[in-house]
Amino acid sequence: MISRRDFLQASMAASAILGTSGFGQWGRLAAQQALSQDQLLEFDTFGNVSLIHVTDIHAQMKPIYFREPSVNLGVGVNRGEVPHITGADFRRLYGIEDGSPSHYALSSGDFSALAQAYGKMGGLDRVATVVNAIRADRPDAILLDGGDTWHGSLTCYETQGQDMVNVMNLLKPDAMTFHWEFTLGSDRVREIVEGLPFAAMGQNIFDAEWDEPSEDFKPYQMFERGGVQVAVIGQAFPYMPIANPGWMFPEYSFGIRDENMQQMVDEVRAAGAELVVCLSHNGLDVDKKMAGNVTGIDVILSGHTHDALPEPVLVGDTIIVASGSNGKFVSRVDLDVRDGQMMGFRHKLIPIFSDVITPDTEAAAAIEAERAPFKARLEEVIGRTDDTSLLYRRGNFNGTWDDLICNALLDQREAQIALSPGVRWGPSILPDSDITREDIWNVTSMTYGKAYRTEMTGETLKTVMEDVADNLFNPDPYYQQGGDMVRVGGIGYRIDITRPIGERISELTLLATGEPLDPATAYVVAGWASVNQETEGPQIWDVVEDYIAAQGTVSVPPNSSVVVTE
Amino acid sequence: MTITRRQTLIMAVGAAVATALPFGAFASVEDHITEFTGGAELGNEGLTLTAPTIAENGNTVPIEVDAPGAVSIMVLATGNPTPAAGTFNFGKLAGSQMASTRIRLAQTQDVMAIAKMSDGSFVQATQEVKVTIGGCGG
Repeated sequence: MISRRDFLQASMAASAILGTSGFGQWGRLAAQQALSQDQLLEFDTFGNVSLIHVTDIHAQMKPIYFREPSVNLGVGVNRGEVPHITGADFRRLYGIEDGSPSHYALSSGDFSALAQAYGKMGGLDRVATVVNAIRADRPDAILLDGGDTWHGSLTCYETQGQDMVNVMNLLKPDAMTFHWEFTLGSDRVREIVEGLPFAAMGQNIFDAEWDEPSEDFKPYQMFERGGVQVAVIGQAFPYMPIANPGWMFPEYSFGIRDENMQQMVDEVRAAGAELVVCLSHNGLDVDKKMAGNVTGIDVILSGHTHDALPEPVLVGDTIIVASGSNGKFVSRVDLDVRDGQMMGFRHKLIPIFSDVITPDTEAAAAIEAERAPFKARLEEVIGRTDDTSLLYRRGNFNGTWDDLICNALLDQREAQIALSPGVRWGPSILPDSDITREDIWNVTSMTYGKAYRTEMTGETLKTVMEDVADNLFNPDPYYQQGGDMVRVGGIGYRIDITRPIGERISELTLLATGEPLDPATAYVVAGWASVNQETEGPQIWDVVEDYIAAQGTVSVPPNSSVVVTE
Repeated sequence: MTITRRQTLIMAVGAAVATALPFGAFASVEDHITEFTGGAELGNEGLTLTAPTIAENGNTVPIEVDAPGAVSIMVLATGNPTPAAGTFNFGKLAGSQMASTRIRLAQTQDVMAIAKMSDGSFVQATQEVKVTIGGCGG
């Protein structure tokens, strides 16, 4: 169906950017002179349909630093497969030169040095510029938002998502699907969705009581573009009531629902769809499996697991496009659809280098207007990083931001053990930099962020950790919820990711004494982001702010308390 | 398609006996199967069991059984303290041999359905349903 020649036209961002090496010695100006907006946007318009994909922005309206993971292990059939390839191995796989802009944007390694050279990424005003440029090439391009948009910042929390709704509406999306949006509560989600000037979709959003498709969300939307009937089917995050507090949206049931997806594909094909696109918040491993189970999907635009891939993943006749997170990337996919078939495609993952792409003035003004009421709160400096501490989150087992949060919980809540959720959102802070209140909220903001303090036995802790590990390392992707391992403070452990549930975690040790955790002894545990309704405690951002303010300058040495066996 | 009072009592008795036995929950599942099938061999074709791979709420897990030509379908939650979840009987006038209900699952376990067909043979279908503590999605 797709010729080899067409595959070769899937162009890497890397090849469009001058790949000159020399990081470390480069001044920022020199680095940026090697990049231009024209190069970043360069695209030989192809075929008759264009898709634009953004996903997992997590309310990051302004440019940010965001370090990609160095540890992202795959299990089962995904062991050693994309997206479970990181750092230098990732660069070798895609032919990305060390020290190049693509190295900085797409992979880990030398992050602090490269960040100095290439600057922040993202910013919805820059994204607007890119979207507008693509629409200048192809006026009827379809803009699709993969969700996790109305969550993740102080302003988003305070406005219950309205800031993001207002700014995204300027970009004129054509459809959207959902995950963290539901943590605003189902009343608020319905209130926003009713006013959206585009389709709110999820074929897998069901009425929990009747186990029938919810009437509040469309399963799909048909578009006629370039003389082609295009169907876009929504796929919301399948594990909502398990991974997030189900009591916030009790009317809805989710799940992957392969059979219903197949029915929707058959239905839109019967209605004349020549191109079938799935806008998915499944996560990449789940999308790869779903592409094998469901026939007739041409393109999956994949979100949730925050993978940024310079080439689509191919499963049978389906191409899967993964567009990163936090506003760092926009994917453009041009398709040639003839006689009801996808004959070829051209793809580019466009990195949003914020110093290179000119902000769209209208979007920039709208962003400032949303921030204005909160400006003083956002910009207040709470502390600093020392000159060796890069604060980042991504990684299967720990990140320095989470180590800092765990230290704050141990200290401020006077606990022996701290637990912090393994979420994948939250920008990075460079060494020797100010930490503002906005920075703290960017890694902690949520509607169930209270920092609890409780007692758990050693046995309960092991059960919790085994449960979370199985959500991450179950060899069947349909059992993977897409987050990372729960972060721990005050304890160390060994994990063998190849073992079944109940056998992965061993050698749980209380670091303060060096003694093994006793299954029968109760320990004082502090944590946050509990899915239980009656959780009590101060908000996590206040706990972290108090801790950083007391420290003044924070130092977070590398964490060696988790030993991993693959 | 309803569970008769008599069967409910039998199930309750079976469970009570099972819990008193020294060899635990697994044996009680075996007891239920033996009681239902009389030890007949179980085929694997002809019964569709639909259940979620991961339960959104272990207290109310939607399941569906469908076995065209069945006279009776028994559902077992093999990992529950009381494994018998219910038995559906279909009369001659039943339009289809399909039933759906919600069951409570104490932990991650196999849900098993066994259908007695009109020719006296038995078929089974099993699916693991994961009941998780929940945690943190990306």
